[in-house]
Amino acid sequence: MSLRLSGAHLQHSHSVHALRGVDLTIARGERVAIIGPSGAGKSSLLNLLATALPPSAGQVEVLGRAPWRLSARQRQQLRTQIGLIHQAPPLPARQRVVTAVLAGKLGQWSLLRSLVSLLYPLDIPGARAALARLDLADKLFAQCQQLSGGQLQRVGIARVLYQAPQLLLADEPVSAMDPVLAGHTLSVLCQHAQREGITLVASLHAVELALAHFPRIIGVREGRIAFDCPAAEVDQPRLDALYANQQLLTPTPPSPAPSLQIPRC
Amino acid sequence: MKRLGNLALLLALGLGIWASFAYLGLQLGSLFSEQSLTQMSRYAVRFLQPDLSSTHLQAIARGTLETLAMSALGTLLAALLGLLLALPAAGRCGGLAEALARLLLNALRAIPELVWAALMVLAAGLGPNAGTLALALHTAGVLGRLFAEALENTPAAPAEAIRLQGGGQLAAFCYGTLPNLWPQLLAYTLYRWENNIRMASVLGFVGAGGLGQMLYVSLSLFQEAQASTVILAMLALVLAVDALSSWSRQRWVRQ
Amino acid sequence: MLSPHPRDPAAMPRLLLSVLAIALLWPGVQLSELDLGVLLAADSQSEMGRFVAAFWPPAHQDEFLQLLAQATLQTLAIATAGMVLALLLAIPAALLASRALSLSAASRGGQPSWLGQAVRWPVRGLLIFLRSVPEIVWALLFVRAVGLGPTAGVLAIAITYAGMLGKVYAEIFESVEQRPMHALLQAGSGRLSAFAYGILPNAAAELTSYTLYRWECAIRASVVMGFVGAGGLGQQLDLSMRMFAGGEVASMLLTFLLLVLLADALSRLLRGRLA
Repeated sequence: MSLRLSGAHLQHSHSVHALRGVDLTIARGERVAIIGPSGAGKSSLLNLLATALPPSAGQVEVLGRAPWRLSARQRQQLRTQIGLIHQAPPLPARQRVVTAVLAGKLGQWSLLRSLVSLLYPLDIPGARAALARLDLADKLFAQCQQLSGGQLQRVGIARVLYQAPQLLLADEPVSAMDPVLAGHTLSVLCQHAQREGITLVASLHAVELALAHFPRIIGVREGRIAFDCPAAEVDQPRLDALYANQQLLTPTPPSPAPSLQIPRC
Repeated sequence: MKRLGNLALLLALGLGIWASFAYLGLQLGSLFSEQSLTQMSRYAVRFLQPDLSSTHLQAIARGTLETLAMSALGTLLAALLGLLLALPAAGRCGGLAEALARLLLNALRAIPELVWAALMVLAAGLGPNAGTLALALHTAGVLGRLFAEALENTPAAPAEAIRLQGGGQLAAFCYGTLPNLWPQLLAYTLYRWENNIRMASVLGFVGAGGLGQMLYVSLSLFQEAQASTVILAMLALVLAVDALSSWSRQRWVRQ
Repeated sequence: MLSPHPRDPAAMPRLLLSVLAIALLWPGVQLSELDLGVLLAADSQSEMGRFVAAFWPPAHQDEFLQLLAQATLQTLAIATAGMVLALLLAIPAALLASRALSLSAASRGGQPSWLGQAVRWPVRGLLIFLRSVPEIVWALLFVRAVGLGPTAGVLAIAITYAGMLGKVYAEIFESVEQRPMHALLQAGSGRLSAFAYGILPNAAAELTSYTLYRWECAIRASVVMGFVGAGGLGQQLDLSMRMFAGGEVASMLLTFLLLVLLADALSRLLRGRLA
């Protein structure tokens, strides 16, 4: 058993119920897509599985262990086996791509090795191989701020591929890519999961991509699971019900780049 | 209402200025009278022939290097100490540590370099070591506060992402926070170095080594020619450091 | 196609920089005779310890407090009077040194003529000279020239801060939008009125905030000026330290802390109101 949620509630500080009583079981090696309208709780669900947040109520079990009953040290140990791909990868603008990718293994490296690698990247071939699978090997020594949004997302994916976790979670991993590239990138992720026999859970915006690449689809609406079935059984009425009365959310504006203060003297 | 308040403020400002001049009893008229002007210019003329003999120049070269080393090492130590104190002061280690670190930083900052130098001369004896320590202590207070501010303004998401992959606190800081932070740290450190080179050249007045000590001694002995060379050396030093730090700013901070 | 094991292009520069840093650091440590151990050594600790132990309680006899109040007022007055004199010097100098007021630039797309530049450079050089000599050196010189007392401090602050303010003012004038000024100049208005209508409105906030920042700095500077005999708190502090009067030193440091915090708050208030 790879993942199990039972009666999981999640309530954010401003008393918004992000998840209301979710029951979910995902077996090892499964590939699951989570779809649903914006604000349905897809990201909250992934954050719960990634052990980023404790549930307000209910049980969470990840890779056969209950993360919030472990000590902090054991939880960090568990987290090295979980890879979360962010929609907007939080990579420092001035970090080089090679360092950003190598950061994937920080949980497994000793402190000394991490610090030395900051000055001289210790595993250039490894970083290069991970990037090459996403056709980004030529950006190995570029700075993150020189990349486009889609390229940054692929660097984020390369970091998680390099981390080689047991559980791969992806939050809208291809939202900034064009359809062809998005399909290609998803198939790279799926092939990786299949070959290594690891679990892949991805939230996706585009229903066609989810149906094309994932055997199991979970529909989420208003913090609850609307349906959970094989891809072949997802039909138009189900989708219409899932996306009914969807409000068009205005995209949040990108946060401004941090400005440098240069004192005058 | 706001306009009235501003008017009152300006009035108070004017009053304060008038009171300052009145309190000091400055006689600007007599200061710029013919007699005092001739006296001052006679004094100034004595500086016009700097002592360029080779023995004096050698002593000056040594003093210049000493001053440079004092300022650079003092700033470097201060940057390290400041960063160490900035982490708790930015609230990374709990509320109590934050309050204590802020108090310590304010205390370090409030005492001027020259006072620190006088204290350090008591502790470490005469010489450049006292000056270096004095600069380091005062500058640590200044830089610590600036660093803490910069730390608070740096996005937390990259470091949190690394924590989520199982990385340790220090690794998350080095890989997630530092890349965004260090250009700002460097900008602040360079700015303080420019300040400290000026300070380092005067700490000698209380016996803490460098060019200041030479200047103080030669002025006390009424050797204006020698003093004039020292001032020229200070000038050259300050200009050189300004140029160097503006070059490194161009190179590393604004990209 | 890249080679299978590409080298890190940043490795060589980083290595060179590290070697250079160590090569510079080593003689630096030698020259500055750096020895952190003295802070922990027993004998210096006992000497420092005795001095610091005398800090408590801070001196609070009536006559001493009176003396302290006078010295504090004197410090404030030195800083303020020095700033006013500095402003009187700095404003005309900044106007002379700034490219923003160039008539030729207005008609040549922002590029001033070489003649104008040739006149501006000496003024800039003078400003740089004034600000590059530390204020306390000026104070030492003025103490020799006009005698002990606050006059030397006021003159020293006036001279140094004139250089700092003049240089930065000139930079601020140049950093704001130049087109309103150029338009006014081309419409035939005089330089000063064009400056007042074309540049001053945009630059006022930054000018105010920089001036207030410098006033804070001037207060700090005027405290230490006393160490060379130019009046104010520093002179008292120097005396008390020479006499190892820990309590007096403590009260004076506390006063100084208060003064700095007060100046901080006041300049924040003024900045909020005026800028």
